Amino acid sequence: MHAGADASSETMPAEALPTWPEDIFSILRRFDVRQVPYVPDAGHSQLIDRVLGTPAMRAIPLTTEEEGVALLAGAWAGGQRGVLLMQSSGVGNCINMLSLTQIFRFPFLTLVTMRGEWGEFNPWQVPMGSSTQAVLELSGIKVLRADRPDEVREVVEAASGQAYNACTPTAVLLSQRLIGAKVFSK
Amino acid sequence: MSRTNLLDRRQVVSCLLAERKDAIVIGGLGASTYDIAAAGDHARNLYLWGAMGGAVMIGLGLALAQPKLPVVVITGDGEMLMGMGSLATVGLQQPKNLTIVVLDNECYGETGGQASHTAGGTDLVGVAKACGIAEANSMTTMAEVGAFKGSLQNVSAGPRFASIKIDGANLERALSSRDGAFIVSRIRGALGFQPI
Ligand SMILES: Cc1ncc(C[n+]2csc(CCOP(=O)(O)OP(=O)(O)O)c2C)c(N)n1
Ligand SMILES: [Mg+2]
Repeated sequence: MHAGADASSETMPAEALPTWPEDIFSILRRFDVRQVPYVPDAGHSQLIDRVLGTPAMRAIPLTTEEEGVALLAGAWAGGQRGVLLMQSSGVGNCINMLSLTQIFRFPFLTLVTMRGEWGEFNPWQVPMGSSTQAVLELSGIKVLRADRPDEVREVVEAASGQAYNACTPTAVLLSQRLIGAKVFSK
Repeated sequence: MSRTNLLDRRQVVSCLLAERKDAIVIGGLGASTYDIAAAGDHARNLYLWGAMGGAVMIGLGLALAQPKLPVVVITGDGEMLMGMGSLATVGLQQPKNLTIVVLDNECYGETGGQASHTAGGTDLVGVAKACGIAEANSMTTMAEVGAFKGSLQNVSAGPRFASIKIDGANLERALSSRDGAFIVSRIRGALGFQPI
């Protein structure tokens, strides 16, 4: 958003930040997640800021999402847990590298912010957003989904549990309805 | 560049790993993995048979998790080209214990020897430097390789990158284990981690 200060205070009343990113953060801390690779998405910005401000966690910006899959395999070999943060288009960038989740049977967890659904403005997001879940499932990843703020905690809790305790590769889709469709123009 | 007097890949890798001590070694898919296997199987070897473009990132994840241990990625020019962005990611993280070695035969040896981009203008050492990996060098002699191998043990001065020019010979495969779950559990065990 590039609105001027006056306009923005008029059109965007200071809304309280959502609390679900904080729920995710505290679950990741409790599971002792140490490496947090990401390609930024607006829906993850609050969580990324929290990770950047936490010395016990390492935020690792990537040039492409598949790097994060390989990174987490290495982290596991070295005894650390991680989580990959990306948006739905990034899932397409990961496909071949997702082989590692089956080959190494390591505790892969990814949190995917969804685009291309629920009031999407940008048609370029729709093709990949429409196939995100199927692509993950075809790659052997279990998919859980959160649509409402009040269910994020239990969905991410369940996903972390099955990923880290049972080495079951898992993705959580954080729906566009939850995050809010991106506003391009008024 | 001149294609004469290039190094033998097996000789390069066995020299680099001769005094590996506690180092963890990751081999990129294809011939680099065979070279590492030929130098001797080891509980701290992570052999890749796929995941092309992922070797450096696996090394980075390991290096960040085990900052006191030397972590060495040995891969091919083709594999490195596919994961070139990971050099930028490593440059940003500056893992002091990570060494990346590219065995550069300027071709995709495993798939029939088709020319790679390094046979043209691509300068991987230049890329590594431009990504913030200050210690990045090209090597063409065994003397240089021999002088370099000691630095692999230095876990406070990385990351470092070396492109070692090797000949294009397709050597007989030395087969390592292909069972990823076994390979990764074995490394974890060697580092003191229990199975789930
Ligand atoms: C994603 C992907 N694309 C292509 C291949 C086929 N492939 C296997 S090995 C290889 C070449 C590796 O070349 P390089 O890394 O230079 O190793 P060399 O054999 O020359 O040492 C290719 C292209 C593959 N395994 N995966
Ligand atoms: Mg090659």
